[in-house]
Amino acid sequence: MWNFVSPRIVFGEGALDVLDELQGQRALIITDRTMLQIGLVDKVKEHFRKAGIEAHVFDEVEPDPSVQTVQKGAEVARHVKPDWIVGLGGGSPIDAAKAIWVLYERPDIEPAAIAPVEELGLRKKARLITIPTTSGTGAEVTWAIVLTNTGEKRKMGLGHPENIADIAIVDPEMAAGMPPRLTADTGLDALVHAVEGYTCSWHTDLTDGLCLQAARLVFKYLPRAARDGQDMEARERMHNAATCAGLGFGNAMASMAHAMGHSLGGTFHVPHGRAVSLFLPYTIEFFAPQAPERFAELAVFVGFPNASDEKAARAFANQIRDLCRKVGNPTSVAEAGIKRKAYESQLDKLVDDALNDTQMVTSVRTPSVEEMRQLFLYSYDGRPVDF
Amino acid sequence: MAFVFPSDEWVKEFGNQINASKAYEESGKDWEGDWIFIVEADDAYPNTVYFFIGLYHGKVTDAAMIESDTAREAQYFMRGSFTTWRKTIEGKMDPIQGLMTRKFKLKGNLTKVLRYPRSAKELVNCVKRVPTEFPS
Repeated sequence: MWNFVSPRIVFGEGALDVLDELQGQRALIITDRTMLQIGLVDKVKEHFRKAGIEAHVFDEVEPDPSVQTVQKGAEVARHVKPDWIVGLGGGSPIDAAKAIWVLYERPDIEPAAIAPVEELGLRKKARLITIPTTSGTGAEVTWAIVLTNTGEKRKMGLGHPENIADIAIVDPEMAAGMPPRLTADTGLDALVHAVEGYTCSWHTDLTDGLCLQAARLVFKYLPRAARDGQDMEARERMHNAATCAGLGFGNAMASMAHAMGHSLGGTFHVPHGRAVSLFLPYTIEFFAPQAPERFAELAVFVGFPNASDEKAARAFANQIRDLCRKVGNPTSVAEAGIKRKAYESQLDKLVDDALNDTQMVTSVRTPSVEEMRQLFLYSYDGRPVDF
Repeated sequence: MAFVFPSDEWVKEFGNQINASKAYEESGKDWEGDWIFIVEADDAYPNTVYFFIGLYHGKVTDAAMIESDTAREAQYFMRGSFTTWRKTIEGKMDPIQGLMTRKFKLKGNLTKVLRYPRSAKELVNCVKRVPTEFPS
């Protein structure tokens, strides 16, 4: 027995117009200052004005949102008393909106205890709308929440199926202003979701197709979107790819590249998509000797057939490295600009955090402490994994 | 030799498997907290059974079948039907997915449990290593 959860998804050009028809009194838009500066908050507020809904803004979400930030946002929500909460932005504001919503409805819960084991009883005070302005996190259609414990410099994988959005608005115009670097980082995040959602131990028939199509779209359209931000066909297909991948991995799980990426990101603040895509090929090479079949299937589906399963899995890892290079992204931790001395001084923490990340539960091969240490070292140098 | 589930012999062998696991020793090296597993009667098994598993710093301190969920002090309680436990032991159900679909119910400090996903996974591996036979 398992569940497939999804919001109502309104997608395509003009999707934002769905806001005009909403019923309610007050909305609280959870976002960051960049969204305010580039005018996307005003654009959303204008739609709420048409709907006759009073819109308030909490714009203090930082990259890798902290527990403290969502607690502050929840205080604002308790003051505003919204009946709609809106996550507007990339993964950070959307994840923060989910957490703020939970804490607004359930002030008795600690953020670190938002987990899918007991009923939350949400939707008594408000409902959630998600509006992604990047094409990658899939946060608009998942119930996952990643918060950072700033004291421990550790990312926490949280969430509950109940905190899935009621409406996800996937409008490519909202992502049209992304600069090339952000386009590449977030687009590669979508690829990692697709690959890990397809290959993790919790994949299902209902998620496989979404992951396969998302991977194919990313290989085809990400180089175009990163090269020319005005290529609206590429933008739209990448926006759809991110949502497909989000539905795919959100109803299966991510895996070890996410565990390692969370660990690196929590310690060195490497952007999420850059971190997870950097590690993905190394994790595929680590899995290849024991569980290559699904990587080989994926490789065939996206157009890279090869002779045997393990060989195909390893070739697929290199195809991902090629895509990273094509869009100007690092394929090793060293290329990501982290100094060896600083990295090695944090190695024990990186290993420990990765092994204890919630995404590790679906890993198709579980590394020992020493193997995880070697994975981090190989990834630093850019050496293909051979153990 | 196979061990009948549920029985005192079975849970003691489960404890032996945990103590033989290098992976659990590594992943649970900081864990402090004892568990009571409750196997609830259902159509496939007529009695409710209670197991105590003491866990401290990567090792089992004691493993025993007990009279009730108050017979020993514990910090964590995991409850599921006989059939749910059987599916887990046979590798047909991931217990974390079981928790998420309410087939298992957990009582205890959830925030702490969430910090140890690798330990949880290794405990599942250990349970699957116990040669088990089920009452017909």
